Amino acid sequence: MHLGEISGLSLGAATRDAFGDALKELGATNQHIVTVDGDVGNSTRTEPFALAHPDRAFNVGIAESNMVSVAGGLAACGKIPVVASFACFLMDNAFDQIRMSVAFPQLNVKLVGSHAGISIGEDGPSQMGIEDVALACSLPGLTVVVPSDAACTKEATRACLEHDGPTYLRVGRGKVATIYPKGCPFELGKAITVREGTDATIIANGLMVAAAIDAATLCEPLGISCRVIDLHTIKPIDRDAIAAAARETGAIVVAEEHLQHGGLGSAVAQVVVETAPVPMRFVNVGDQYAESGDPQGLLDKYGLTAKAVADAVQEAHGSK
Amino acid sequence: MSKLSLDELKSKAKVIRELIIRITTEAGSGHPTSSLSAADVVTALYFGGFMKFDPKKPADPDRDRFVLSKGHACPVLYSAMAEAGYFTVDEIMTLRKLGSPWEGHPNMRRLPGIEASTGSLGQGLSIGIGHALAARIDGKSYHTYVMMGDGEMGEGQVWEAIAAAHKYALNNLTAIIDQNGYQQTGATKEVLDLTAFQPKLEAFGWHVQTIAGNDMAEVVKALETANGIKDRPTCIVSRTQKGFPVVPLLEAEGDPNYHGKPFSKELAKKAIAMLG
Repeated sequence: MHLGEISGLSLGAATRDAFGDALKELGATNQHIVTVDGDVGNSTRTEPFALAHPDRAFNVGIAESNMVSVAGGLAACGKIPVVASFACFLMDNAFDQIRMSVAFPQLNVKLVGSHAGISIGEDGPSQMGIEDVALACSLPGLTVVVPSDAACTKEATRACLEHDGPTYLRVGRGKVATIYPKGCPFELGKAITVREGTDATIIANGLMVAAAIDAATLCEPLGISCRVIDLHTIKPIDRDAIAAAARETGAIVVAEEHLQHGGLGSAVAQVVVETAPVPMRFVNVGDQYAESGDPQGLLDKYGLTAKAVADAVQEAHGSK
Repeated sequence: MSKLSLDELKSKAKVIRELIIRITTEAGSGHPTSSLSAADVVTALYFGGFMKFDPKKPADPDRDRFVLSKGHACPVLYSAMAEAGYFTVDEIMTLRKLGSPWEGHPNMRRLPGIEASTGSLGQGLSIGIGHALAARIDGKSYHTYVMMGDGEMGEGQVWEAIAAAHKYALNNLTAIIDQNGYQQTGATKEVLDLTAFQPKLEAFGWHVQTIAGNDMAEVVKALETANGIKDRPTCIVSRTQKGFPVVPLLEAEGDPNYHGKPFSKELAKKAIAMLG
């Protein structure tokens, strides 16, 4: 059973595929777009762009540090470099290059981390980007986006490429539920309320938005009406939407496919504490590394489920 | 852009060396010796007719680029750029002071004409590759020069970049290794000996020259030769002395490396006198 299935959401494309399609489409018209790859373009889905525009695609080999700084140089010359690798190899391996060659000089580099989260499955923890959001959020001036489905990713890709400044876009490996069958009303830094509710709010991003919708469905017969917010942009964060949710529903659960420190939960908690303190609970991977296994089994074992989110809602709601 | 004669270049290098000493002594911190070793190459690049630039148009897309990867040597860059007309001498005298854009390491966001924000060693050559690739995409003829330190060659990223520059046969890229023989804690040969730079870079497919980098005639000749290489990236291994030409004064102080230390006012006076 996939996340979102309880609520009748159908399975859509993987967000990495949506990114790759959007990149190819946008790259056909914007000649400034170039790609710099670390030899995983067929995994990150920059490959369709690279095949269509070999003169604007650079595979620098398994050398992420060089990859990121080369992109910084290209951006300094007016190019819009898209730098894609596995989230962990990009953000963790090349963190100082992202700091010094991208964030500090505020160069217009588009970082894309694929294979984010534990749902990559069998390849195991060495390939799982679960610290990436914390690292990305620590860098001043870096816009950080974690889209929830294919439509959201398409719009997020466009928004990142049109944004004047460095961005980090996080996408996943496997298919995810369709949250926006009629297209996503995406705006950088602007939360999307995907379901109205009055008793508690679930704030999620990535594939956990589907889990949040399911949790809201599970809570309904219990008499708890849940608002669900897709907080796709973690930086800059939509403070107004978070504060309003805290004031209007009185309890907040944050769900994300990331370690417990430094991700969406930390960012939302900071806003809640500063604006309207209410009971909060957090659903995430915790403070641990996962293991190899099938994606669904991993999500179940590490507590990234609709039930875990629904339980957290009941706890938060119960401590009002 | 001016093109000075050999004698004029030698005089200009003296002026730049004096500025390096004055601004770091005024700052009370900084890396004068790392800057002094590189002064001849930087002088030749900016004043020997090798780099096309207009201080009034620092963002000119057709300008040649100089990336100072060994960012701690920025006093040599600030001094050369002041002489070239980007800044005034009064401005660079604010080096390292609160509020001054002439920071302890180059910050491109605050200073037009600075091509890269450096200071975390190892990234400049990769950034230079980005500039060189952009030139190729845009069909532009500008050239990119990157100066690294010999200690900096310990960074793995440098070797990633060396391999990538060869892959793309970047004939519009010249790397200069300012081989002054010292890094922070001692002689480069003792810390991590990578000093057979010429065979290493040749094995990566680069054109390489090894020169006496504090001899202006050799510097000019090497940059001319590099310009003539049209099929691959070129490297100039510039063998220099850290602190040139005031090393005897530093030896008398008991520290020929003198890394990251400004000269006292008294030492600065002696050093400037020694420049001749």
